Amino acid sequence: FEMEPDCCPDWSAVARSWLTVTSASWVQMTHNNFWLKKIEISVSEAEKRTGRNAMNMQETYTAYLIETRSVEHTDGQSVLTDSLWRRYSEFELLRNYLLVYYPHIVVPPLPEKRAEFVWHKLSADNMDPDFVERRRIGLENFLLRIASHPILCRDKIFYLFLTQEGNWKETVNETGFQLKADSRLKALNATFRVKNPDKRFTDLKHYSDELQSVISHLLRVRARVADRLYGVYKVHGNYGRVFSEWSAIEKEMGDGLQSAGHHMDVYASSIDDILEDEEHYADQLKEYLFYAEALRAVCRKHELMQYDLEMAAQDLASKKQQCEELATGTVRTFSLKGMTTKLFGQETPEQREARIKVLEEQINEGEQQLKSKNLEGREFVKNAWADIERFKEQKNRDLKEALISYAVMQISMCKKGIQVWTNAKECFNKM
Amino acid sequence: MEGERRASQARSSGLPAGGADGDSPGGSAPFPGSSGSSALLQAEVLDLDEDEDDLEVFSKDASLMDMNSFSPMMPTSPLSMINQIKFEDEPDLKDLFITVDEPESHVTTIETFITYRIITKTSRGEFDSSEFEVRRRYQDFLWLKGKLEEAHPTLIIPPLPEKFIVKGMVERFNDDFIETRRKALHKFLNRIADHPTLTFNEDFKIFLTAQAWELSSHKKQGPGLLSRMGQTVRAVASSMRGVKNRPEEFMEMNNFIELFSQKINLIDKISQRIYKEEREYFDEMKEYGPIHILWSASEEDLVDTLKDVASCIDRCCKATEKRMSGLSEALLPVVHEYVLYSEMLMGVMKRRDQIQAELDSKVEALTYKKTDTDLFPEEIGKLEDKVECANNALKADWERWKQNMQNDIKLAFTDMAEENIHYYEQCLATWESFLTSQTNLHLEETSEDKP
Repeated sequence: FEMEPDCCPDWSAVARSWLTVTSASWVQMTHNNFWLKKIEISVSEAEKRTGRNAMNMQETYTAYLIETRSVEHTDGQSVLTDSLWRRYSEFELLRNYLLVYYPHIVVPPLPEKRAEFVWHKLSADNMDPDFVERRRIGLENFLLRIASHPILCRDKIFYLFLTQEGNWKETVNETGFQLKADSRLKALNATFRVKNPDKRFTDLKHYSDELQSVISHLLRVRARVADRLYGVYKVHGNYGRVFSEWSAIEKEMGDGLQSAGHHMDVYASSIDDILEDEEHYADQLKEYLFYAEALRAVCRKHELMQYDLEMAAQDLASKKQQCEELATGTVRTFSLKGMTTKLFGQETPEQREARIKVLEEQINEGEQQLKSKNLEGREFVKNAWADIERFKEQKNRDLKEALISYAVMQISMCKKGIQVWTNAKECFNKM
Repeated sequence: MEGERRASQARSSGLPAGGADGDSPGGSAPFPGSSGSSALLQAEVLDLDEDEDDLEVFSKDASLMDMNSFSPMMPTSPLSMINQIKFEDEPDLKDLFITVDEPESHVTTIETFITYRIITKTSRGEFDSSEFEVRRRYQDFLWLKGKLEEAHPTLIIPPLPEKFIVKGMVERFNDDFIETRRKALHKFLNRIADHPTLTFNEDFKIFLTAQAWELSSHKKQGPGLLSRMGQTVRAVASSMRGVKNRPEEFMEMNNFIELFSQKINLIDKISQRIYKEEREYFDEMKEYGPIHILWSASEEDLVDTLKDVASCIDRCCKATEKRMSGLSEALLPVVHEYVLYSEMLMGVMKRRDQIQAELDSKVEALTYKKTDTDLFPEEIGKLEDKVECANNALKADWERWKQNMQNDIKLAFTDMAEENIHYYEQCLATWESFLTSQTNLHLEETSEDKP
């Protein structure tokens, strides 16, 4: 099976230039952060452990080894600087912390907690070694994303996550980030009631919904396709067994049958590796499925801030109006004070003066607050949008790479198929 | 002398020409079963009246060979004999061409049935005309098969497609079912035409040429129902007695047939299953491509890439469809035919055993002098001849059948491998051109060194 060298480029080289290296990555750190040199981060091992949980009950969980190496400029040698074990829940804690302290950042998502989009051969068991392996890669990817983010990489808690094994959880909790978190109810309320959110964020929300929906659909169908493909390949394996038994009674056909049967076995077993590779492709898509939620989180924060702003402005406006009414003596709006005044008699000028004074103070305060909220809001929008633009470029690059890697996988599968069937055909010819 | 020789050659020439498609033993080797064919001649003269016609057919046939426009030259020297032998490999010497097509539904007050049009073209002298067109229904095919089995109990009669398939709930009048059946019936008749002995069977000729009413009246002339039943009872009785003296070679044959039957049945199941899995894979793939198009609607920068991926998937989908149809045309019918053949072979073995059992029981009776044994030696002589002819007929036909089977199976699996290779080549080309276009785009975008 010959191929012309000129018209067929070396696809593995093309693939290398397109595909990111997944096991480790160089991260250039700017000054003003905790890393003074280039570092390498890897989640290199996973281990099953048993321990006691918060309720003093025995549980089994998986711990992951995180190794950090700092790299010398001159000779590229790396030295292991830190090495510790973390479990999935600690990763979650890290992420929740980042979500609270960097609401304007599209925070990288964690790999899925439980196996989803499973096709029949794939196990849905969290302790299944294949799942654990894919999760190990996902967690490494998560850390690398943070480490390569211009802002997140400078976070101290992140630094400690990689370097301080004991007491890290307490350190995080001491920041009090849980208290700073916005309540879900407040956020939901804001989403429904906000009047003038920035249009870009509204569009972004729609985009993230579409992204989530289409990737889910794609992953579901892909899982079904994988299932079917598995079936096609594996059934051919039965030929191997039967050909072999049949060859025992055939004189002339026997050899051809026997060796053809062997190739059928090869064909049938080749699907395992093929689908394992495809699972990595699915994981790449899943990351962006989960990124959709991160996008929505930023949009929610904007809506919350905007709503806050609108409420503050509304409050200020109503106080101003009250003040005006008191000053001019006209009552245009209903107020309890006005009613009681009517019922129980006019208040004294001194009382009115006092009230106006209080209101004027409140108005002043309100105006200050509104100003700062406005500023905050604009800052937020500016910073968030900058990160979103960065995210968009990253997404376009990554998804394109993923699609190309899918093509590379298909090509490899086809080549294997051609080889096996060509061999089988030769055997059949000899029968 | 020349004429006789040619007669036996005409008979045995039927073997290679009618056998595997062009893949027959060459000139110099003796024709397989050529000694058997003369034995066949004798046996059939002894047994059945119909073969008187066959014998006449031979002389006519031989003369026809002389005048046959297909035959290139009159063999006069050994060298030219060899030349003639070579030409016998070519399909030109086939003188009976049959097609089965145009299934049609017929509705009567009692029943509905399908008839198939059968067109026969021939240059044989014993046929009144050179072209015939008749309509036959499945029942008629069953009748023909029955007659052939009766006339040639130890020849391997080609199998008929089944009456109807119970599993899969295929109705009798489903289009796919009718088409599959039509193809199988076409194969059935052509296999008979290619068989050196069966091709000259009188019932076969009537089947191909007689009008509907002629056929019905001919059918009624056969041995009555009661005598047919009698035969069946005897067959069952003798098979229950068992065959004590089955010769070694037939033991081997029987073992082969049993094992072969097991394996071919398994292969049939596996092949059907593969078809089913491929179909389900195809159904899922059809949905997979369009999702990428849907996605491209919300991604400005990835529109082209996503659309290209979608079109690649669709093309692979079409390639799968082609692979499936190749499988169902090349592999499945062949494997299934041999499943039916294996059942047929078991029947042939039983019939051979029964013929032998008849002889054995008479010999036994003679040994113990149970009844009036005066006539026995003559009867036994006849039966011994009958057994010898039956065995020889089977042996010759067995070799021919095995050769055919090997070629058919080889061809079917080679085709299947070819279909798969073609499928993967198409998909490979599709994805490679996708990568090329992406790489070119990338080069344009980075736009530094253009090759």
